[in-house]
Formats: sequence, C-alpha cells, structure tokens
Amino acid sequence: MAQQEAPVAYEKYYVPDQSPWPIVGAVALFLIAVGAGNFTIEMTKGKEGFGGYTLAAGLFLLMVMLVGWFKNQIDESMSGLYSAQLGRSYRQGMLWFIFSEVMFFAAFFGALFYARMIAIPWLGGASNNAMTNEVLWPGFEAMWPLVSTPGGIQTQAMGWMGLPAINTVILLISSVTLHYAHVGLEQAKRKQLTVMLGVTILLGCIFLGLQVQEYVHAYRDLGLTLQSGIYGNTFFLLTGFHGLHVTLGTIILIVLFFRVLKGHFTPKEHFAFQAGSWYWHFVDVVWVMLFFFVYIL
Amino acid sequence: MSTATEHVGHDAEHAHGEHHHGAPAGIKRWLFTTNHKDIGTLYLWFAFIMFLVGGAMAMVIRAELFQPGLQIVEPNFFNQMTTVHGLIMVFGAVMPAFTGLANWLIPMMIGAPDMALPRMNNWSFWILPFAFLILLSSLFVEGGGPAFGWTFYAPLSTTYSGDSTALFVFSVHIMGISSIMGAINVIVTIFNMRAPGMTWMKMPLFVWTWLITAFLLIAVMPVLAGAVTMVLTDKFFGTHFFDAAGGGDPVMFQHIFWFFGHPEVYIMILPAFGIISQIIPTFARKRLFGYASMVYATASIALLSFIVWAHHMFTTGMPLAAEMFFMFATMLISVPTGVKVFNWVATMWRGSMTFEVPMLFALAFIVLFTIGGLSGLMLAITPVDFQYHDTYFVVAHFHYVLVTGAVFSIMAAVYYWLPKWTGRMFDITLAKWHFWCSLISVNVLFFPMHFVGLAGMPRRIPDYALQFADFNKWISIGGFAFGLSQLIFLALLIKACRHQGEKVSDQVWEGAEGLEWEIPSPAPYHTFDTPPVIK
Repeated sequence: MAQQEAPVAYEKYYVPDQSPWPIVGAVALFLIAVGAGNFTIEMTKGKEGFGGYTLAAGLFLLMVMLVGWFKNQIDESMSGLYSAQLGRSYRQGMLWFIFSEVMFFAAFFGALFYARMIAIPWLGGASNNAMTNEVLWPGFEAMWPLVSTPGGIQTQAMGWMGLPAINTVILLISSVTLHYAHVGLEQAKRKQLTVMLGVTILLGCIFLGLQVQEYVHAYRDLGLTLQSGIYGNTFFLLTGFHGLHVTLGTIILIVLFFRVLKGHFTPKEHFAFQAGSWYWHFVDVVWVMLFFFVYIL
Repeated sequence: MSTATEHVGHDAEHAHGEHHHGAPAGIKRWLFTTNHKDIGTLYLWFAFIMFLVGGAMAMVIRAELFQPGLQIVEPNFFNQMTTVHGLIMVFGAVMPAFTGLANWLIPMMIGAPDMALPRMNNWSFWILPFAFLILLSSLFVEGGGPAFGWTFYAPLSTTYSGDSTALFVFSVHIMGISSIMGAINVIVTIFNMRAPGMTWMKMPLFVWTWLITAFLLIAVMPVLAGAVTMVLTDKFFGTHFFDAAGGGDPVMFQHIFWFFGHPEVYIMILPAFGIISQIIPTFARKRLFGYASMVYATASIALLSFIVWAHHMFTTGMPLAAEMFFMFATMLISVPTGVKVFNWVATMWRGSMTFEVPMLFALAFIVLFTIGGLSGLMLAITPVDFQYHDTYFVVAHFHYVLVTGAVFSIMAAVYYWLPKWTGRMFDITLAKWHFWCSLISVNVLFFPMHFVGLAGMPRRIPDYALQFADFNKWISIGGFAFGLSQLIFLALLIKACRHQGEKVSDQVWEGAEGLEWEIPSPAPYHTFDTPPVIK
C-alpha cells in the first residue's frame, strides 16, 4: 500500500487508494435532487409527500461525506503524503471551481442586464416595438427599478443607502481582516492569525444578520417580494445566492478557525486556508458587483 | 508526433510496484475506485447503455412517424420521447463517452500516474447514473416527464409544463456538477501532471482538444444551472424572468440557454476532432499535417463559440444588426473548421493508407461531418434560415454532426484504443459489419430529412402532411436499421470484455505513435508511477 512508504517526504504523486466517500457523496446528491424536486412540488402544489425528509437526509449525508472525506485528507496531509505537485493540483482545482461560480453568477447578472437594457425598453415601445407597447401593454412605461410591471404589479425599490452601504463596508473590511489573518499565518504570528480570522467570521455573521433584516424590510415595508416582477426576481436571486455563498464561506472559515486552533497549518503548507480565503475574497467581489449593479445603478 | 521516450520500463515499474495495489476484486472495485482506467470504463459503459436507452426512444419516434396520422403513441408521450431522447443523447451518451475516453487516455498520453484528483473523479462519474435515474423516473410521475424539448424553452417549460419539471431541473443540476468536476479534473491533470519534456506543443491533439473542451465546460455548465434555476423559480415560485407581464422576456430564456447551448455543441465535437487527428496519421503512416494550426484552429473555434449563440434564434425578432452580427460570426467558424478538414485530407495525401476499422469510421466522419458542417453553413445564413428554422432540415443538420460526427468519432476511438485496453484484437468481421450497416443505414436515416425539411416538414410534431409520407417511411426504415446495427456493436463489446480474440502487440497498429502505445497491452492497472522523460 502506498501509505506504508509514507512518513518520509513523499515526492511521488500521491494517488489515493479506494475511497468510500465519493459514492456516499453521489448518493447524497441523489437524495438532495430527488428531495428538492419533490419538496418543491409538494410545497407549491399543496401535496403530501416525503420531499422535505428526503432533502434533509441528503443534506445530512452530504455533511457526513464532507466530514469523512476531509478528515481523510487532513490525515493524509498531516502524515506527509502530499507533494508540492499535489498542492498545485488542489490550488488549481479550487481556482477553476471559483471560475465556475463566477459563471453561475454571470447567468443572473446577464438576466439583469438583458431585462434592464433590452426587455423592459422593448415592452415600453423602444426600438421597433411601438405596437407591442400599444397593443399588448398599453400604458406601460419603461423604467428601472421596475416598480410597476406591465402586468400591473406595484412595488418599491430598495435604496442603496443604509443597510446595503453598511453591508458593503462590512464585507470589504472582512476581506482586509482575512488578508491579515493570512499574513499572520505566513509569518507564524499565531495571535494575529486567530484574532483576525475570528473577526472575519464575526463580520460575516453580522453581514448575514443584516441581510435578513433587509429582506424583512423588503417584504414588510416595501412590498418588494420574489413575486414582484423582474426587479424583485433579480434582486432576490442575486442577493439570495450571494447570501448562500456568504453562509458557506462563513462555515468554511469556522472550520478553518478550529483547524487553526489545532495547529493544522504551517507558514508554508496551508492549502485549505488559502482556498477558504480565496473563496471569501471571491464572495466579496461578487458583492461589490451586486452593490453597483443591483443597488446603486 | 514522434515522442521518443526514455522509458524507465514496465519491468522496473513492476519490480518496484510489487506492494503496489492491483485491481481489487468485486463490486467495491467499481464503487470505490480512484483509478482513471476503471472510471474511464465506467463512463464508457454508462454512455453506451444510455446510447441504447436514448436510441430506443428514437425508435418510438420513428415508429410513430413511419406513417402519417397518429397511431402508436399519444402526442404528449411523443413530446416526452423527443425531449428525453435529446437530453439522454447529449448529457448521457456523448458527453460521458468523451469523458470516459479522456479518463482512459489523457493520463496515458501525457505520462501521468492518474488523473490529478482521483477521488473527485469517482464522484463525477457516480453522480451520473443517479441523475439519469431521476430523469428517467420522471417519465412515470403523474402528468408525465419533461415534454418541452431538450432546449426546454420558456414558456413551454414554465407555464405549460408538468410538475415533473422540478425533477428535471434538479437532475440537470447534478449532471452539471458532475460535468464541472470532470472538467476541472481534466484541466488540472493537463496543466499539472505532464511528464517532464511533454511541452505544450508536443501534447497529442486529443489532449489539446479536451483541454479546450474542459474550458468550455467550466464556462457554460454554470450558465445552464442558472437557466434551469430561473425555470424552476418561474414555474414554482412566482418569478417572471421569462414572462413579459413581470418585465421579463421568453426570448431572454433562449439567450441564456444558447449562451450555454452553443459552446455545448462544440463540447460535443472538439474531442471528436482530437480523436480523428490521432487516428488519421496512424493509418496514413504520416505525421499529422499542420499540428500547430490544428491547435490554433481548436482554440479559435472555442472562442468563437461564445459569440454565435443567437444564430439559433434568427426568427425571434432580434434587431437587424444582431442578426447580421450573429450570421457573420457563425460563418467565421467555418474557417478554422475548414482548416481542420483540410489538414486531415492533407495528412492522407500520398500517405501509405490502410483501412482498418478505426480508419473506416474516421474517414466516414470526415465526409459525413463535413456534410453536417455545410448544412450548418446554410443554416447560418439569416434570410434562408427563416425558411429552414424548426424544420427537419435542422434535424438533419445536427444529426449529421452529432451522430456521424460525434458518435462515429467515439466508435472510431473505441475501435482504435480497445485493443490497448483489453490486450486483444476485437472481432474484425463483426466490426466491419457494424461499420457498413451503420454507414448505410445512418444515411438512409438522416439524408432524406434534408429533403422533407426543405419542403417544410416541421420538427417535433407527431404527424405530418401526406406529401412527406414516402420519405418518412424510408427515414424510419433507416432508423430501425441503424438501431439494430448498434446491437452488433454491443455483441462485439461483450466479446471484447470477455477477453476473446488474438493478443496484440504493445504498439497494436503499425503506424501508431505516442506514449500510450509504448506501454504494454493491455495497459497495466497503474501506468507511469514514475514519469517517463520525453525528449
């Protein structure tokens, strides 16, 4: 077995033995997909079923899989099985994963731009669509934010001042604190590392709390809901998926925090920390884009 | 390419690797495997099974269309068949087959011990059977499965679809996760795992084309995920992305879908280009003509694929400037594609040609893919597309590029590398029967579709005007014959997996060059534990 040669520095590329975790992960995704699909149908069509339980079981199994898989990898890493080449594989893999996330957000930004620049002006009669406006949507005027839809739904726009501006500052600061945590790790300044990482986690949680408040404000005071036309759609899907990513990023940082306390990382070897920090910075950049294109412009 | 290798030798590798794991026995081998060859085999068998399942659905379609009038299936079931046939062939057959080939071949071609992230590799595969289980089982839920075409245009997939749309959406989500992880693995393997001396411009073309395909996958699969998400929220949660009443636009769906969809069709053909570029030089016994231009042509096609999507939408009422832009950008793609076809022909020019089975499929690919390419060029011309749009001409076009293109290239690849995988020559007589039956029947199947399409027969409709009856009868006969021909392939593959046939040499084919032909046949469970040095 490959591991028996281990504790010495391992320069050959480490090809792991058989592992049960991927198939557990596949079953988990299966349960999540079946569960989420059925849960959606049951929730919106008022049917009875096991969708919710299946989804919960899938998410639980995914957690089990992640814990088991990561534990496996941490053990391998700590016993010196990994080479510099393998470290590069992980880093490149993480960067390409983040790129795929960028493209996921690009789809929703694309929808936002298309609606603002093309669909709504056309409904208002721009380009050669005078008759569309005249015959199909008489009286509709193109505007953004779309507070009055062609179908007649009324809502109010979310301003950028107040909570969104505060949240922007919070996330930007969190990027800086995480950077200094990373610097602390690289310079072996343990205290700086733990304090700065802790502050970053705290800022992430505050951000999420304020986001929840903003959603309550939108639903209660502004009448801005998921159903209130393309403005509400793009607003909630973009900020919602961003919020999910912040949640995931915060969980990653919390896991990293405990691993820091256990002393898992060295100034030179800390792929997991680097990946988590890349992910956090990516989530920040997405927020900045959101702040400009969803809130300000 | 002639890559002279200073080979450490398999003997040395075996001596060193005595405590090294071989293939474990039993079902656990396949469930828990981290071996790129095992995972490649799983992908290929899965793709072939899906090919037969999707093919069976095509048989239902052709049986219904054998005669005008409605006789065998309900129109709604017909729609489910066209939809699921398309989804299965694209996501279940062609893409996994190419990923299987990538798994088997890329590590052996670049001298790597395995894929860069072997466990994730296993995860990517095992998601797929579950994803298609969900998709296929959705056919049996109340109200039927997806019936809106594989392109799931809004409002067909939102306002007018059944509840099973939710299952469709989540199964596409996990297929996408699988594809993205597979693509990340391919890119990282190629970037990080090449043996010393395997410089970029020494890489076999199959590796190059897959690298570029993987870029496309990572760039567009998330956009597909976004599209299905918006369909889900529009259908179930009251959003209006594709509904003008809320300020959205059904045409926006088509923009988002085809921003994914057009690169997607190159995802299904670039690896085919790579395969053909490996096979033609072997049997022409000449080096590939214009290696560098092949690499640049592949990259150009990939880049252009991002700016041509709206040629699927000429009849949606886009502004004239957009129609012109997308028309010319699309026609531009024929330049790098023409470079490729020219290079393949130039490779054969004055070569010492022989016509083994892989070469037969490769030659059929060149001719028939080019027919599909030319009809694509016709479709690219905006004014004439107004006539062709949504007719059987389009069906003829994309089946020429996908069946006689992508699928034929996969068959060529299987015949080319199968002896390396099993260590034995496949049954050549059966293979030739498979080739000739497929070649003739596939043309009887798809060629008349051009005629009925030009005459105006619409696609995706279970009935047609009487004037199309004769051609449709022939199309259906061709379809059944093509379907039956694939059973010959199945028989051949089963024989090959049972280790029947003569043993082959390491090089297998006389003119074959490259790292994978320097290791033993069958390829050992682990290859290149120590990287070879390429001079």
